[in-house]
Order: sequence, then C-alpha cells, then structure tokens
Amino acid sequence: MTTTVTLLDYGSGNLRSAERALSRAGADVTVTADFEVACNAAGLAVPGVGAFAACMQGLRRVRGPEIIGRRLAGGRPVLGICVGHQVLFEMGVEHGVETAGCGEWPGTVELLDAHVLPHSGWNTVDAPAESRMFAGTGDERFYFVHSYAARRWELVTDGRTRAPTVSWATHESDRFVAAVENGPLWATQFHPEKSGDAGAVLLSNWVKSL
Amino acid sequence: MTVAVRVIPCLDVDDGRVVKGVNFEGLRDVGDPVALARRYDAEGADELTFLDITASKDRRDTVLEVVRHTAEQVFIPLTVGGGVRSVEDVDVLLRAGADKVAINTGAIARPEVIAEIANRFGRQVLVLSVDARRAEGMPSGFEVTTHGGGVGAGVDALEWARRGAELGAGEILLNAMDADGTREGFDLELIAAVRHVVSTPVIASGGAGESGHFPPAVEAGADAVLAASVFHFETVSIGAVKAELAGRGFPVRIAGKRSDAEVSRTQLRD
Repeated sequence: MTTTVTLLDYGSGNLRSAERALSRAGADVTVTADFEVACNAAGLAVPGVGAFAACMQGLRRVRGPEIIGRRLAGGRPVLGICVGHQVLFEMGVEHGVETAGCGEWPGTVELLDAHVLPHSGWNTVDAPAESRMFAGTGDERFYFVHSYAARRWELVTDGRTRAPTVSWATHESDRFVAAVENGPLWATQFHPEKSGDAGAVLLSNWVKSL
Repeated sequence: MTVAVRVIPCLDVDDGRVVKGVNFEGLRDVGDPVALARRYDAEGADELTFLDITASKDRRDTVLEVVRHTAEQVFIPLTVGGGVRSVEDVDVLLRAGADKVAINTGAIARPEVIAEIANRFGRQVLVLSVDARRAEGMPSGFEVTTHGGGVGAGVDALEWARRGAELGAGEILLNAMDADGTREGFDLELIAAVRHVVSTPVIASGGAGESGHFPPAVEAGADAVLAASVFHFETVSIGAVKAELAGRGFPVRIAGKRSDAEVSRTQLRD
C-alpha cells in the first residue's frame, strides 16, 4: 500500500523539489490546498519560504492552522519545513512586527544574532540519539537558508507526557532549534528536500513512520 | 563558523544547452545541463548555478525546461540567472523549480526591483550578481560592469553591493572581471572590500585556476566559492577544492560517506 502525503499548496515558493523528494521517499504525493484531502492524507507536509507574516496569511487563506489542528487532534502526522516549521510556534517577529503563528508550541521565531545573514548553506545538526527523524543520517549536513529561528525551546513537559525530541544547530555562535519531533508533529528549520541523500533518508524516515 | 563553505559549479546555458567547452569523460552528451548537474551533484557540489545566456527572447523558455528536469533529479539548491528583470520573471523560475534567482543588469537598470522581489518571495531567494573591475575615478576603486565586463556602468561596485543588500538581496555573487579567465587566483582585494560593506553571504567568482586558489578567497571573506571552466575541464575537482579547504581548517560538507548499500536500504524510488 502506498502512503498518501499531501503537500499543502498555499502559494509559497518552489513546491516541485519537495514533491519530487517526497515521492522519491516512497510517498504518493498530492499537491493541493483542498481542506478534506489535506485533513485525510496519511501525512501532511507544510512547506514555506519567505516572510513569516506572508506565510501565515497564505496559510490562513486555505484554513491551514485548522487543518493542522484537526490532524493533530486525531494523531495524524504533520511535517513542517523551513517557514512551515517556524509558523508552528506561537509568534514570529520580523522587522519589529509581531505575527501570531499556529501556536502548537510556545516561543518566538526571531532574528538570529549573527554577523552574516541569511544563514545559508550546509550545517551540522546536533540530534539526540533517540531521534527517529535523523536515524541513519550519521553526521551529515543539511541545507539551511533563513535569517529567523526559534532560539529557545520553551515547551515544558511534566513527565506525564512524552518529552519532544529537539535537535539544534548553530550559526556563528547563535544556537537555534533545527528540528522537532513532538508526537505526530515533526518539523525542520532546514530543507530536507534540498539536502541531497541525507535529506532523502530523513524524508524516508518520516514517510515510513506514517 | 560552523556552516560549511559552499563549492558551486556554474553552467552557462544557451538555448537549453551547456556552452563554454565542457570536457567530461564518460558523459555521452556534455551539452546536457541535466546530466552535468547530476554529475556535479554526485561529485559533492553544494549548490548549482545555471546562467541562461540565451540571446533570443522568444527562446527564453528553453531554460525553464532545463530547470524543471534538474529539479526533478538533483536534490541540492539550484540558482538560476540571466535576463531576470521583474517579479514575474522570478515567479516563473521558482515555479519551474529554481530555489534562488540571480539578478544583474535588471537590477542596475531598476534597483527597486530588488526590494520588490525580496518583499514578495523573501530575501533568501535573491542573489545579486555584481560584475566588478578596477576603475580609477570610482570612490572605492571598483566599478560595476555590464556585457561580460566590457562596459562600465558608471556605478561604484562597493556602493552597489552595499545598496543591493540593503534593498533586500540575500546574497552577493561577486564576479571579479579583472581575474576572470586568468586562472591566477581570486581577486582577494575585491572580496575583502565587499565583505567589509555587506553582511549577506558573499560568493566569490573569477580567477580560479587550481585548488590552492580557493582557501585564500575564503580567508578574504567569501562564504562560498564559484567556478566554471576549472570544474568543466576537470582541471580541479570539487573534492580537491574541499580537501584543500578542509586542510586549511574551513568546514566543508563531505557528501556520500554513506555507502550505496545504505542509501538503497532506504528504498528511494527514482
């Protein structure tokens, strides 16, 4: 049986690479903004490039936050990529303007503290050993291109729920959240679809988990 | 610095075909940009740049086919430049599968287009390509040129790079026209000068002749290095450049450490 994945099309950038990379990882990919299709696929991938505010606007237009919420309520997997990862936090701040995100996680996405921005290129990720997302990727690098990130992880678990697996990367000396595995909600600040074979292994780990 | 220094081969594409003497053994069709892109990907290129030099406007769509096919087969970032003048031009290239778009003459003609593109797609998609040469009379001593370095644009190159970054360019592709084609090394003075005035990543281009030429460009301030003919003629391999950089303590991405068997175990479909 093939695994159905919806790649949410809300007018954000290059979807072709993500579509190809996911289908290479074994998924039967549909690129659409259709509410029912997006709610019911085995997996939903939420891409995103550009500004946080513009992405939230595009997402709201297709009822993206509601799609994500419904899926998570039913335990159905969602994968956020780049700005699609950022919008899962409570808030984004760009040029001093605050924009509400989907609020699946507490915390703010803000400008990295670095001399050279955007943070552009292949960087290492510090993933905990128990990570399922990074299984089999060794110490390979992943492709990042962004100026903003979540620089703290603020979700506190009290031991009664399973703690999320949070992976980190560092640009110059600023450390930020590179990836999160939180039950059915996974997200990466980097672009697995542009990260060569290492990215392919990661996407395949996600598709196999569906 | 923990992000790796990017090593980027650049392909000139004319009417859908690679030009400027590519000399690869074992490639049946050396003019096929998609085949070359796959080859460079396999050799560990961190990114690819296609420069569309198709002169005829009604043949411009040929590059879109190339971008489409490349994006379907090569899973590393792809930058496409040549003839970009408007937000619409960028939109078409991104939809075809480009991750970044390089703009040159179009931005000199109308600098506001930089802000228009950055506002619409984010600054990370926009690479400002600056062809610079030494020129007396310019405040910095460097001038922007057009037409492959032949014609001075009457604009100070450092001021232009600074302004381009301020308007929203996410990266500066710095082509040193004095060094270009000499194979005597990168223009370190120009790289250092531009590094000093912008905080975006700087991609150094022009002058590479051997692997030893690359580390000084990074020492001078480049975040990435780009070359064309030395890679096409196999004078220098991407692996040799990375080994040289790593030997000087710069972080590089060593791809393909995973065996083919491991990759196939992930059951990727082609």
